[in-house]
Amino acid sequence: MPPTFEDKLLLSSPDTLALIDTLAARLCAGGGEADNWVVIGIRRGGALVAQRLWERLSQRLVQRIPIGFLDITFYRDDLDTIGPNPVVGATDLRMDIDDKRIILVDDVLFSGRTIRAAMNALFDYGRPERVDLLVLVDRGGRQLPIQPDHVGLVVQPEEGEFIKLLDTGEEMHVVRRKIRE
Amino acid sequence: MRSAGNLWTRKHLLGMAGLAPEEIDTLLDTAVSLREVNRRDIKKVPTLRGKTVINLFYENSTRTRTSFELAGKRMSADVVNMSVASSSVKKGETLLDTLANLQAMNPDVVVIRHPESGVLEFLANNLDAALVNAGDGRHEHPTQGLLDLLTIQDHLPLLGQKSFAGLVVAICGDVLHSRVARSNAIGLKTLGATVRFVGPATLMPAQAAEAFGVTVHHRLEEGLAGAQVVMMLRLQNERMNSSYLPSVREYAAFWGLNRARLKLADPNAIVMHPGPINRGVEIASEVADDPERSVILEQVANGLAVRMAVLYLLCGAGVRR
Repeated sequence: MPPTFEDKLLLSSPDTLALIDTLAARLCAGGGEADNWVVIGIRRGGALVAQRLWERLSQRLVQRIPIGFLDITFYRDDLDTIGPNPVVGATDLRMDIDDKRIILVDDVLFSGRTIRAAMNALFDYGRPERVDLLVLVDRGGRQLPIQPDHVGLVVQPEEGEFIKLLDTGEEMHVVRRKIRE
Repeated sequence: MRSAGNLWTRKHLLGMAGLAPEEIDTLLDTAVSLREVNRRDIKKVPTLRGKTVINLFYENSTRTRTSFELAGKRMSADVVNMSVASSSVKKGETLLDTLANLQAMNPDVVVIRHPESGVLEFLANNLDAALVNAGDGRHEHPTQGLLDLLTIQDHLPLLGQKSFAGLVVAICGDVLHSRVARSNAIGLKTLGATVRFVGPATLMPAQAAEAFGVTVHHRLEEGLAGAQVVMMLRLQNERMNSSYLPSVREYAAFWGLNRARLKLADPNAIVMHPGPINRGVEIASEVADDPERSVILEQVANGLAVRMAVLYLLCGAGVRR
């Protein structure tokens, strides 16, 4: 029998969108020219957050900034230790990232391994001037020296709890998920 | 993505026979993702770092061996090529002894091409490494079948098809000796396509219709009529001077695909060939080089992506065994 789980709502759909809007506002208020900004979302959850963030940034900024998506499956460090791997999504980086300021977006920051893989992937495409990490939720538990530059919400999950961004196609919300054996 | 997830659970890829539609979809989806790597400036991902792939080829092959070698290298695996001419096989070692020696070096995947049909099943029962069939006799050549499926899948919208269901594919030429024809027929039937075997009676396997669920045609014109995919097979040199055919010239006259004959097929039909092509024998240059119709070079590019996907899934990315 597959394991069952219990979800507790952490961020409702309006809260999630409002939080992304706040992050967009903070980025714009942070100063600096947006001329060389590029938003890059990590598939899959980060891509959803990045899409929304990019829409908000596009409304606020005069410049048109590009958006790209990164699939890190081929850069993971756990080929032998976990399974099954998800079906691989496609990386979609059509822009030149040399000398760009990358805003790397993920939904939930945990061990930092995804970000490590994403940076390795990113540097196979070019040499950005700077990479900022923006995450919707930081849940702690880092296993690598990686820290976000922009955080929507910091939470401390209980033992055995996961933070998950759920996307129904029409709306997205964030839950605390507890797996029951 | 069509499939529900990564459904790959197999240790080996021995043939198209027995693969479920979902398994084929998983392979093709993974290959599609890997095509992106081949279009980058830096054509390499670290996925298979520390894995060892041995290419063991008992038959001459440039393109398949190169394709597997490049596939492994682009995934950062260490790839070793062994060809029969330079190995101890010439010194009288048995196949199983050769494999046992390779086994002792602990490779993750062994890619094998061998002139004997069905030899892979025997080896799979006697060795631990994951095996990939790169062509065994007249039996199967699954990565060629998969790369052909991927190429056809890319063209389905232009052929007015939502899926493989009902797609009409004509596989033409020397079907008897062709492992490419077998792997394609099995894969295409699994995905719901309609398959025709088209060729002279001397080059057609006995009871092909019953064995493969295909229709058999002994006139090229009849086989081509309305076909959406025309897959020409290579007439191998060693058959050219044997009793299978009166002469190469006659074969070219009756069985060669030229522009006039291609008009009998669907107006949007694509033309495929596993290569290397015999220009002017089974296919005329005017067809092979027609950018509107010929997808032969797309097949080569897809071959690389498919082999990367196979190595990736067999090296541990599949569901745990």
